Formats: sequence, C-alpha cells, structure tokens
Amino acid sequence: MSAQQVLFDAPGPRARRTILIGNIVGVLIVLGILAWVISALADKGQFAASMWTPFLESRTWEFFILPGLGNTLKAAGIAIVTSVAFGLVFGVGRLSHVAPIRWIAGVVVEFLRAVPVLLMMIFFWLALGSSGAVKPQEAPLIAVILALTLYNGSVIAELVRSGVYGLPRGQREAGMAIGLTRNQSLRNIEVPQALIAMLPALVSQFVVILKDSALGFIITYPELLQYTRRLGVGEGNVIPSLLVAAAIFIAINFALSTLATRLSVLLSFRTKGRRPAAQEAVALDAAST
Amino acid sequence: MENYLSLFETYNVPAAFWVNIQLSFWAAIWALVIGTVLALFRISPIPSLQWFGTAYVNIFRNTPLTIILAFGFLGLFSVMQISLAGELDDSLFRIAIVGLSLYHAAFVCEAIRSGVNTVPVGQAEAARAIGLGFLPAARLIILPQAFRGAIAPLGNVLIALIKNSTVAAAGSVAAESSSLMKTMIEFRSDLVIPIFLTFALGFVILVIPIGLLTTWASRKLAVAR
Repeated sequence: MSAQQVLFDAPGPRARRTILIGNIVGVLIVLGILAWVISALADKGQFAASMWTPFLESRTWEFFILPGLGNTLKAAGIAIVTSVAFGLVFGVGRLSHVAPIRWIAGVVVEFLRAVPVLLMMIFFWLALGSSGAVKPQEAPLIAVILALTLYNGSVIAELVRSGVYGLPRGQREAGMAIGLTRNQSLRNIEVPQALIAMLPALVSQFVVILKDSALGFIITYPELLQYTRRLGVGEGNVIPSLLVAAAIFIAINFALSTLATRLSVLLSFRTKGRRPAAQEAVALDAAST
Repeated sequence: MENYLSLFETYNVPAAFWVNIQLSFWAAIWALVIGTVLALFRISPIPSLQWFGTAYVNIFRNTPLTIILAFGFLGLFSVMQISLAGELDDSLFRIAIVGLSLYHAAFVCEAIRSGVNTVPVGQAEAARAIGLGFLPAARLIILPQAFRGAIAPLGNVLIALIKNSTVAAAGSVAAESSSLMKTMIEFRSDLVIPIFLTFALGFVILVIPIGLLTTWASRKLAVAR
C-alpha cells in the first residue's frame, strides 16, 4: 500500500493546523541538529577558509581527487563486469538439472555470501603479495577485484536464480516445444528474461560494488578515500576532505539508485509473472557496506 | 596440523569474534531504534520529517561504510577530539558502534517501510474509522504487523551488520577479527589458507543460523491474510 495516502485522511482544517505546527517543530529540530553540528565543527576551525580553499585549486583535483576517483572507478568497473560473469555462471549452475553441479554451485554461493568481503580482500592481498604470483604493487587492486567479484558474483547468481524462478510458468515448456534442449531453453529463453526482470536489483548491486571498493582503503589500494585521506593529512583538512570524498560517492551512487528505480518502473510491464517478492528480497541485500 | 593448532595458543581467535559480536549487538539495537524512528518519519503526515527521513536514507545508504567509520576515527576522534569513554580502546569501540548504527539505520528504515507495504490498506482505514490518530494507528495497528512482515529483510540487515562489523578495522578497532586475521597471516604466512578458512568459517557459523532463523520466523509469524 502507499502508506502516505492511507495512514491519515485528507487533512481538514484542524489536522492541517496540527500538521503545520508539526512541520515547523520538525524544521526547527532538524535545523537545531544542523546548527549544533556546524557550531561544533566551527569551534574546531573546520570552516576556516584554509580548510576549503584546497578544493578550489586545480592541483588538488589533478593529483588527489581525480586519480583516486579513477582508481575507484577502475576497480569497481572491472569488478562489475567480472561479478556479472561469475553470477551468470553460478546462477545457471544452481539451475542445472545435473544434481552435483547444482550442489557445488549452491555451496560455493552460500559460502561466499556469508564471508565478509573485507576478510576475502585481506586474504587475497596478503596471499598474493607473499606468493609472488603478482607484482607487489598490483596485489591490492587484484585483491579488491577478486573479493568484490566473489561476493557480489554470488549475490548476482542468486538474482539470476530467483529471476528464473519468478518467470511465468510455461516458458520452459514453450522452449522445449520448439525443440530446444533444457540447457538451450535456459540460456536462450529463461535467463535473458530473468536478467531483464532483475535489472533494477542488478543496478542496485552495482552500487554495493562501488561502495565496497572503498574497503580497498584498508588494504592500501589507492582509491578515492585513500587519496583524500592523504590530501587531508597533507593540508591539515581531514574532515573537509572526507566530506568531499563522501559527497562524490553519494552523487554517483544516488545517480545509479535513481537509474535502478526508473528501470523498475520502466520494466514493470515486461515483468508481470509471479513477481515482486524476489526483487525486494535481493535488493535489500544491498545493506552490505 | 600441530602448527595450525599452536596458532590458537598464540592468538585469541574467539576473543576477536567476541568483539565483532559485541559491536554487532549494540549497533543492531541502536540501528533498530533509529531506523524505526526514521520509518515513522517517512510515513508521517509531516513534510519536514518525511523530507528528513528521505534525506537521511539517501545519504547514509549511498556512502561507503568505510568512509563513515574512517570519519569516526580520523574526524571525530582525532580532529574533533570527541571521546566516548575514558579508555582509548573503549572510545574507539563506541565510535565504531555509532558509525555502524547510523549506517545500518538507513537499511532498517527501508526494511520496516517494506514491512509497512505488506499491511493491507483496509487496516489503516479501519484504524481511522475507529477514531485512531496517526501515532496510535501506527503503534497499535500498522507497526506490529509491519515488523512481522519485515522480519526477513531485517534479518538480512542484521546479517550484513555482522559481516560489516569487520570494517571497524577502518575505525582502528584493532581487536576485531579482520585485524587479527591480518596480523596472524603476516606472522604465519605459511598458513595463509587455514587462517583465512578459520575466520571465514567463523562467520559462516555466525551468519547462516540467523538467516535460517529469520526465514523460519518470517513464515511462522507472518500475518495470515
């Protein structure tokens, strides 16, 4: 139900007055909290011009923010591609009619979804670094991508699976009726439809990948947070730097989230079947960092 | 094998997990409180509160947790010199709890809102028809049903929170498991894989029962319609 419409009636004169008073009190409380935060920051000199002028200089952007953002987008971009590939392989694996394949894919996916991404990242970082399999300076990037791929790939595998389960009945029968094998029907008829139905949830998962790339900070991958921290330490403006980094992440992720919402409205007519539940369940997995 | 077992004498692995469990416990309680209030804001008739709830969710949901926890340590603790306890470690621990709570409150809010969406329109209409205002209707009719409908998504948020408690490493909570795993691997690089599997298995054991339990509870407690 749309809560806003239902929890209260169209307000009459008295209710409108109550709402107005509530609104004013609400605004005052919110402004009060903001004023308190701002005055606390101002007390510590966080609004001094010297704290913020570095962001007007081109060298700050050229040597700190843009390289950091570039590395963040590089890690996230590669991880998005590889986790979709991983998700397709294991999602189809979980739908396989060969029982051992189904079980193996199931165990792998459940295991990887239960392990914190950061643990995997630290593991790959140290294991690759000490094994000599990759150059030491490349270990952080590879560790970030591997960890993001394994975790988000398993979430995407679940998306593929629940998407196929959510398809209207008869899609497989139709495929087999025109002479496709079970696998062909899965690949050519069911999975493509499932992906379209799950596109909004898939885009939300990209937000998770982008956010989680900031974990690279902990394993010394020079992404946006790492660069802005360096900037902040150098210029003595740690708080403004972190706020700018956060603002950049919020802007990109907000754009992606908006895209996801638009897509779900746009695609709603193509995804009639026995739907919404699965989409909502998986979208909430987005709570991961 | 003996090599592996000797690790547990040198390093206190259960203690590290205990730190993550404590972080998750307190953060879960605070996130539930803040998230419920935010959800009430978002379904209330008061525009400024609706706006605040929406802004909060959009900001915190789209910020990496790593930044929030790094901000707690680098910003609040180091620059603002905000200390939440006498001892250094306690203070960092509590700041990490604040960060984890603020972040996950946004997801709790969304979970409860999805729970509100499972309550049929007629329930709210009936509540109004017997003369209940917004708060009594929310407290007596809507929220109790919404929480039951929200158990599965709330369980997902709790699972994410437990896994995310490892990110407290970014807030310099050094005693938790991801930091201990890093130390152990650094000193015993011959046992990289067993060490990782130990910690990974620890989280599997923590997380999978919660998933099963909330799935079971969400079916058991679902309001029959």
